This record gives sequence, C-alpha cells and structure tokens, in this order.
Amino acid sequence: MPWRFLFVGGIGNHKKGISMGHKTFAKGIHPEYHKDAASSRIEKAALPKTVIIPLSQHAGAPCAPLVKKGDVVVEGQKIGDASAFVSSPVHASISGKVKDIELAEHPAGVRGMAIIIEGDGVVKDWTAKGAPVDPSTLAPEAIREVIREAGIVGMGGAGFPTSVKLAPPKGRAIDTVLLNGCECEPYLTADHRIMVEQAEKVVWGLRCIMKAVGAGAGLIGIEENKPDAIEAIKKAVGSAMNIKTVILEAKYPQGAEKMLIKAALNRKVPVGKLPLDVGVVVNNVGTAVAVFEAVNLGKPLIERVVTISGEAVREPKNLMVRVGATFEDVLAQCGSIKGNGDVRVLNGGPMMGIAQSTLTVPVIKGTSGITALPVKDARPLKYSPCIKCAACVEGCPMSLMPYRLGEYGRAMRVDDFNSWAGMSCIECGCCSYVCPAKRPLVQWIRIAKLKGRQQAAKAAAASK
Amino acid sequence: MQTDSAQGLGTDRLIVASSPHLLTTDNIPRIMHSVITALIPAMAVSVYFFGLRALLLLVVCLGASLLTEWGFQRIRSKPITVYDGSAAITGILLGLTLPPGFSIFGAILGSVFAVGIGKQLFGGLGFNIFNPALLGRAFLMATYPVMMTTWETPRTFTKAVDAVSAATPLALMKFEHKFAPAMDLFVGNVSGSLGETSAIAIIIGGLYLRYKGYVNWKLPLGYLGSMAVFSGIFWLIDPVKYPSPLFHILAGGAMLAAWFMVTDMVTSPVTALGQWIFVISAGIIAVVIRLWGGLPEGVMYSILLMNALVPLINKYTRPTVFGAGRNQGGA
Repeated sequence: MPWRFLFVGGIGNHKKGISMGHKTFAKGIHPEYHKDAASSRIEKAALPKTVIIPLSQHAGAPCAPLVKKGDVVVEGQKIGDASAFVSSPVHASISGKVKDIELAEHPAGVRGMAIIIEGDGVVKDWTAKGAPVDPSTLAPEAIREVIREAGIVGMGGAGFPTSVKLAPPKGRAIDTVLLNGCECEPYLTADHRIMVEQAEKVVWGLRCIMKAVGAGAGLIGIEENKPDAIEAIKKAVGSAMNIKTVILEAKYPQGAEKMLIKAALNRKVPVGKLPLDVGVVVNNVGTAVAVFEAVNLGKPLIERVVTISGEAVREPKNLMVRVGATFEDVLAQCGSIKGNGDVRVLNGGPMMGIAQSTLTVPVIKGTSGITALPVKDARPLKYSPCIKCAACVEGCPMSLMPYRLGEYGRAMRVDDFNSWAGMSCIECGCCSYVCPAKRPLVQWIRIAKLKGRQQAAKAAAASK
Repeated sequence: MQTDSAQGLGTDRLIVASSPHLLTTDNIPRIMHSVITALIPAMAVSVYFFGLRALLLLVVCLGASLLTEWGFQRIRSKPITVYDGSAAITGILLGLTLPPGFSIFGAILGSVFAVGIGKQLFGGLGFNIFNPALLGRAFLMATYPVMMTTWETPRTFTKAVDAVSAATPLALMKFEHKFAPAMDLFVGNVSGSLGETSAIAIIIGGLYLRYKGYVNWKLPLGYLGSMAVFSGIFWLIDPVKYPSPLFHILAGGAMLAAWFMVTDMVTSPVTALGQWIFVISAGIIAVVIRLWGGLPEGVMYSILLMNALVPLINKYTRPTVFGAGRNQGGA
C-alpha cells in the first residue's frame, strides 16, 4: 500500500519491509533484525575440555553441590540439587573429574559457586532406544518429576524452573499451553532453527506439557519472519485439532510473556499477576525439546542450542553447546572475534542481553545466544535533554511513560516513580532503543526499580 | 570497562554496559535537519512569489536565531548545540510567518526574542513551554502591529511584484466577506506572510517528514480536520456569511502550522489521547478567532494557548498501564 507511510512508523520505529495484518500486541518497536544465522543448520560444538557448571542457573534457591573435589562424574550425573520447591538441579555436562568447587564468574554479571569439571573425553550416547512414548499415557505428576530431575528451566533466558511452572496452585485451571517461538530479539536464531530442524520434538514437548497441566489447547506462536519454521511446525502438528500455530507480526518484544499472551489469545495478564491467572502457561520452544529429551531419552538439560552472532563474529553459527563451556571456547569455534577494537560480548541478544566483563564465563541453561557487537554500535555516553517526541510512549508495550519514569529514576524520586506505575516496567528496552536524544531510559528505570524494592523491603522490616 | 587483552581473541577490551545494546540511528540533529529539508519547498515558493526581499528576511531570521542560541549557550557555559538544527528551524519558521515587507531590524528582534526568551530562558531545547517561533511572532505582533498586518501582492505568472499593499484572504473574508478561490490558495497566488501563501509547497514538505517518520500523523490531520469540521458546521448553516472548510484549511497560516508548528515535539503532548485533545482544541480555537475574534488570523494564538496546557494534558491523559483497570483476562 503506497499510502501506508502516512500512518505507520515513527521516530526509531521504521516498519520497512514488514508485512502487517498478523496478530500482535499494541505498541512495541521494529528494530533491525540482523538474523544472520537464520539459515545455518545447528552444528554440534566440539566437546569442551573443561566446563564450569554454576550452582545457580535458574530463578530460585541455588543448589548445594552433591559431589566434592576429586570425584569422578559421568555425563548427565546430577551434581547439585536443593530441597526448595522453586529450584532446579544441575548436572555434569561432560564426563570427567571434579577439579574444584569455587566462586566463578556467572553470565548474569555476578559471581557464584560453580563446579569445575575436567573432561576425560568420554561421550555418552543419548540416542533414542525406540519410538517416543505417547504423552497422553503419562501421569502429570510423573512428567513434572522427570522435568524437575532433568533440571529443565525456561530456556528463553529467565530461567524459571519448568517443573514449578507446570504445577499450578490448587483451584487454578490452565486451559492453554502457549509455546513461545517468537524469538523477537535481534540476531538470535536458536529457536528458529530448533523449530525448523526439530519440529516433531517441539510438538511432542507441547503435548507433554499440555498433559502435565491438564490443558486442552496448545498454541505455538511464531513471528511472520520465520516462514520455514511456520511451515515445519504446521507439518509436525498435522491434523491435530487441539494444537494451533499462530503467526504473529515480527515486532519487539513479541516474545515477552504478557505481550505474547495478548497477541495470541487476546488475554491481558493483570498487573502483578502471572499468566496462570488467565489460564495460560507459556514455555519456550527450546524448553519443549528439553522436555522431549528428558522424558524419552532420560537426558537432563546438559546442552542447548546457542546462536553465536553479531557484527564482531566472523562466522555466525547455531551451535549445540554443552552447558558450562566457556564463551571463549564457543567463540573460538566461530572464527573468534573480528578486528582489533572494543567489543561488547553479550549473554543473549542485544535488547536484553547482559554484557560480559570476561570471556571465561560459562554458557548456562538460559544462554540463548552469544552476541558480539563492535563498540561503534555502543551507546554514546552523551545524551541530550528529552524533546518529548513521544517515541518512548508510543513504543512502550506496557503503556507506561518512560521519558517521565527515566527522569524520576535519574533523580531517585521513587515515590513519583511508583505513582506513575514504574514497577510495571518489563525492562524490554524499547524506550532506550527509540530515544533520539539517546537517553538511557530503561537503565534509569532499572535503578529506580531497585531503589523502590530496597525501600519497600526496608519499610517491611521496620513495620515488623 | 576492563582491559582484557589476555584472552587471545584478537580484541582489546570488553565493554560492559546495561542493555539495550542496539539503538536506533535516529537522533535529534537528524530529525531537525529533516525538518529544515522539509521547509525548503515553502522557502523556495516564498522567494519565487515575493522576490529577494523574502530571501533576505529568511536569512536574517536564520542568522539571528543561530547567533542568539550560540550567545546564550556561550554565556551560560552550556554545550553549544547550534548545529542540532533546532534554532535554525525556529528562525526559518519565524521568517515564514512574517509579511514580505517586514523591517529587518524587527526580524532580528523577533528572532532574538524567539530563541532567547522563548527557548533558552526556559533551559534550552526540550524545556520550552511555547513554540519559540510563534512566541517570536506574537512578540512582533505586539511591537510592530501595523507592519505585521501590511501585505503585498505576490508576483504571479503574469505580473511582477508591484509592492502595492493588499489584504490577505483572511482579512478579505473577515472584513469584506470575500472568499478567495481555493485554487489560488493552494498554489500560493494570494497575499500573506512568506510561508502562508502556498499550501502545496507546505504539504510536499509535510509529506516528506511523514515519510521519514518524524511527524505524528495525528497532529496535522487532527488540526486541519478539526478546523474543517468546526468551520464546516457554520458553512453549512450559512455559506454566504461563512467560508468553506477548504478555504479555512488552505488560507492563512493553517497549513504551515498544521505541519510544522502543531507538530513541534517539545510543545505538543506525548500521549495519543492528549494529542487528539491538543489538536482538536487548537483547531476550534483558530476557527473561533477567525470568525468572531478581533484578528483575521487565529492560528498563532490557538497553538500558543494550547501549548500552555500541554503539561496538564500530559498529566491527565496518561495511558492505562497494560493489565491495569478492568480485568480482561479469560480465567
């Protein structure tokens, strides 16, 4: 439509080459996608010589080690666990000897206890013994137990233990399981390749999760810019009546849980509530594959698909990487980093990924990608005053007013921040992305949220 | 930042910063320079119709605005942002709202007032409440009331500029109940301020800005639409006494204001609802002043009045937070 330009797009939000008319949520942005690795098949990464397995790779209580220095471990052996409900065990991703249990750098930007394993080169065979079982014959309790024991957590990045997600509190009925195949982060293509190459496993995983929560309907949400994934998934679903593929507009943050539920099901998760409050459970497509492997092969979550991409990477790839392999090790298999200059190496994609201060951090269960960007792309330190262009207001998927919240965050005005609903921010980064004044809005908002939580905790402690 | 050359990956340093790590290439200078580009057709047409005198006025306003910006920032020891283009826009817009025969000294005074008082005294770009160019024009209306309302006939395709004073279409409408033909207004074959005359030149510039994504479509559409609908009601009641809606949106400063003044980001609301309230109210005020006020043209005051309300509009039209209010959930 030649006249479309009259009504769509705005500052920092150009909708070039995007076909519209697919389901989506209100607002959001259209960054450049840079899906450079979209057509590269998933390759198996070389077996790492040493792995660093952090004891906390999930939301919830960290694990306590079940092994000690000098112990011999085999691939897939549980080496850390916790008794807390919201937690997830960790497993040895390679066979070998426990070299040490020590504080190590964690890709979340912190330090935490980790088990270091020195490999002996022995590889375990996880190939299937027979045809996959029929998920409808399994008991929900048994599925959850297998998922917990396999250490499966949300593989989209947040790392929430899947077994907890699949155990809704009493009296809450889940009617729909929604698989997240949006992959709206620029550069990342891991989920895309999983859907293309392992569509059968994705759909099987979905059926299994539906059985675990007793949901009658399953949906797989995929953005329009992955036509081969849509085709593969549709083929794998076949004539099943209870599973549908939903094509969504390519828009960021389409894969944010609340946005995805709104787009695919037209349900809004109320402020401060969870998807299960609207009868939905959302899981990543990669998590569904992990469920397939745990139930059918008895394989715990010890490796995952990681997209290695970004302008500073010579050969963008999708690699099947062992949990615990270092970024350095993985990047070396992609022709290492290009050029001599400053780079940002991110755990995840550019919109929400965490910049690393060292490359000796391990790939963890939630590492969907390693993105390396030359620093010419980095935020300039200089920002100018807000010109009230409204790009952030038009982009905020939570319908907040980021220019104002950012200002309150910068000035540490927590009360004002709270009264303008700042705590509802999902930190997707749309506001910072579109800002023509280059103001670090979401960064200021993060500070205010932290400050707000600290004050609330203080107030709670004082009232006791 | 950390020096990390020991990692052998052919890189010098790993830079640590908080996400997002990808930013749009749009920035303030790029937006402002696009606005200047979009004003080129209007400037060219004004020079065509009113000759070199128009060019001189534009150049003087532009230069005085830039110098004022530079001077204020120099005195206040603030970063010099003359190159970001915002002061240039103020200068050009002010120039376009002046009659072709306007005093050069007056134009300098107006520019100094627009940028100095209208913008820099508030704290510079982003902090001003009123549209600086319109504030400069309002100042000149008060200081040069006669000169601000003395107009020349434009040079047309057939006759050269003869510098006789002539009434503008709006003055003719107000005082003599004569309505200029829409085609003349559209092309610019009428007397008026430099940038008031040719609607087509302004629309071309406006569409270019819309193509670049730097104009919110609600603002020009809402403003012109509101003027058209409100004036249309009276036209339907009495087409002899009241001019047509087409006349209203093509005559005077309506078109220039709709594309370049109402759309000023700093002085317009940020919420969708607020933007509608802003433009619809401004459109109604402009028509009210034109039809019943003491002045033939009401566009300037309509926008300045609504500018003053923008902070309040922003505060009370805050969008409903996702998931707040009525529970739309299924379960």
